[in-house]
Amino acid sequence: MPLHRKDLLGIADLSVEEINLILDTAVTFRDINTRQIKKVPTLRGKTVINLFFEASTRTRTSFEIAAKRLSADAVNISASTSSVVKGETLVDTALNLQAMAPDAIVIRHSSSGAPHQIAKIVKAGVINAGDGAHEHPTQALLDALTIRHAKGRLAGLKVAIIGDVLHSRVARSNAHLLTKLGAHVVLAGPRTLMPFGLEKLIPPGNGSIRFAENVDEAITDADVVMMLRIQMERQSGGFFPSLREYSIHFGLNKRRLALAKPDAIVLHPGPINRGVEIDSDVADGASSLILDQVENGVAVRMAVLYLLAGGE
Amino acid sequence: MSSSLLIRNGIVIDPSQSLEAKRDLLIRDGRVVEIAESISANNAEVFDASGLIVAPGFIDLHVHLREPGFEYKETIESGARAAIAGGFTSVCCMPNTKPINDNSSVTSFIVEQARKAALANVFPIGAITQGSKGEQLAEIGEMKSAGIVAISDDGKPVLDSGIMRRAMEYAAHFGLPVVDHCEDCCGASGWAMHEGEYSALMGLKGLPGAAEDLHVARDILLGEMTGAHIHIAHISTARSVDMVRQAKTRGLNVTCEVTPHHFVLSDKDVYQSSYNTNFKMAPPLRSQSDVEAILEGLRNGTIDAIATDHAPHHANEKMYEFDKSPNGITGLETAVSLTLDRLVHRGVISLTRMVELLTTNPAKLFKLDRGTLQVGAIADVTIFDPEKQITIDATKSHSKSRNTPFDGWELRGAPVATIVGGKIVWK
Repeated sequence: MPLHRKDLLGIADLSVEEINLILDTAVTFRDINTRQIKKVPTLRGKTVINLFFEASTRTRTSFEIAAKRLSADAVNISASTSSVVKGETLVDTALNLQAMAPDAIVIRHSSSGAPHQIAKIVKAGVINAGDGAHEHPTQALLDALTIRHAKGRLAGLKVAIIGDVLHSRVARSNAHLLTKLGAHVVLAGPRTLMPFGLEKLIPPGNGSIRFAENVDEAITDADVVMMLRIQMERQSGGFFPSLREYSIHFGLNKRRLALAKPDAIVLHPGPINRGVEIDSDVADGASSLILDQVENGVAVRMAVLYLLAGGE
Repeated sequence: MSSSLLIRNGIVIDPSQSLEAKRDLLIRDGRVVEIAESISANNAEVFDASGLIVAPGFIDLHVHLREPGFEYKETIESGARAAIAGGFTSVCCMPNTKPINDNSSVTSFIVEQARKAALANVFPIGAITQGSKGEQLAEIGEMKSAGIVAISDDGKPVLDSGIMRRAMEYAAHFGLPVVDHCEDCCGASGWAMHEGEYSALMGLKGLPGAAEDLHVARDILLGEMTGAHIHIAHISTARSVDMVRQAKTRGLNVTCEVTPHHFVLSDKDVYQSSYNTNFKMAPPLRSQSDVEAILEGLRNGTIDAIATDHAPHHANEKMYEFDKSPNGITGLETAVSLTLDRLVHRGVISLTRMVELLTTNPAKLFKLDRGTLQVGAIADVTIFDPEKQITIDATKSHSKSRNTPFDGWELRGAPVATIVGGKIVWK
């Protein structure tokens, strides 16, 4: 059963059934990734363009591996090699790619909404691989897969999302997905980095969403602690005074993690800043599933490519 | 040789003479010569205005005509053509051209281009500071001699209070209004929309309403100190409207205008457009509660004028990412229909108040010799049909640009004919 949609632009407009379909499909692909021959012919003859306007190692590689394991032809285009540097508009870039008849275009862009703008123009399915501070749907899906695998469910769990929520597409996509699947999302971090008002526009589903007073309150009794990457340039942007202070007041260390449930798991979308938002002993500790997330990323992206481009 | 035009059977609405009645209007040699219940004039060209409203020509206090320098977006000729097609007989054009209209030679060039186009009246607005850099006053006196009717650094808010104070004092000396683009950046440079729930959801950098309010508050205080006429351009927030109302109560010379998009659309529409760059402008579309305060301001008289902030951009400039696309939308050809449909037909304001907002008040604010159909007045006339059903089609625009969020909208009410200096220039 394919997804009855052309694009995957965000979690916001996915139904619970669609999310579960992707997750269930990903489980079957996860097995393929453990085989000796990690390749199936599912997307043979299909072309997938990875269009990355913004630096990315993990996500780009993950999509490329996913496409290749499905036997699709994967082409990578990065902003530095594209016409963007020559001043081509987003619309023209999209039209030119369309002319090459790809089956799917995977887009990473620093501007919120860029994949949506492209999706309105091209016939190919567009998969959002992260747009500005808006959405990163496959990250939320791989996070959900990781949580589900560890906890057996999402409904009823308390998930603390800590850090730079304002600039985080990971936080937004997770907030949408987790509430839809019945989890209780609690957001926390310095107030300069909290997009207040967000909680009013995300339907709580069977779960809930709120901002906590502080990080300790958010982490207390949490089943999942999701740390967000702090971008170094936020310091010069005046959002907080120093990385040192950030680490002390908003970072995850052993003391803080002890406030969570004993079996709580720790997630981070990567790349991690050791000693800033997360201490090394936590990142490398028993609660950390950070590398499981990466592993699940390939399976989720195979599922998405298969469900969108392998329909017929 | 004298030319005459008789407009018959229309309802004349002219707040300048408290008139709202069925009247014939006779124009000769570019002036109104008679208004009466029935006029017969031999040899006059007759325009039958049965079922139509006849009003003093509409005046848009805020347009960008882009010439000189950005003729690929708009020229004075194409902008003036869009104006008359939209029912406007006069437009006041902002100085952010290239070069900037900060000296009398640019002013004279604009006046001359408008004269050659011979479509709408074009009244230039001069820059407050040289290069609109907010540092040194422009030659305001010389520009006034060349024809400017106000000063503004529109799009480049004057952030230095000291410079703004001197500009107000100097403008007051020449009797010119200071048209104030209020945007104290609040650390939000590079913003893409209003800061609120929807910017949070869309992951776009927001400009808080307080950015406008801070600047409005400051300039009301400076206006009180200097005695200058402060005209707040494109007011967009509830609190700013409230501050203007209070300033008026205190008898200060503070006025304001609002654009149709700020009384029709909100930040929710930006969200629903899914990153359509034609929903991006400065100030940004605000929250629904701001829109409601603006409607109340239109109703209770706090807001003095409706102005379009017509800001044409060439198609390719709006093909970029939402946060990288330029601010601004066209407005000359949609304003009258939006005003009729959304304000008059929904009972927010009366037809008379609409005419006041579109011509009587604007003429008074910028001291223009327009905005009235009294005998002897220059015969600028807008004739409109409040019932005409139209569908906005951006491809049919007379502007060189197509950047409107209202494409495809069905509206009730539209201009029918535009008369400038006694001559029918569009119908």
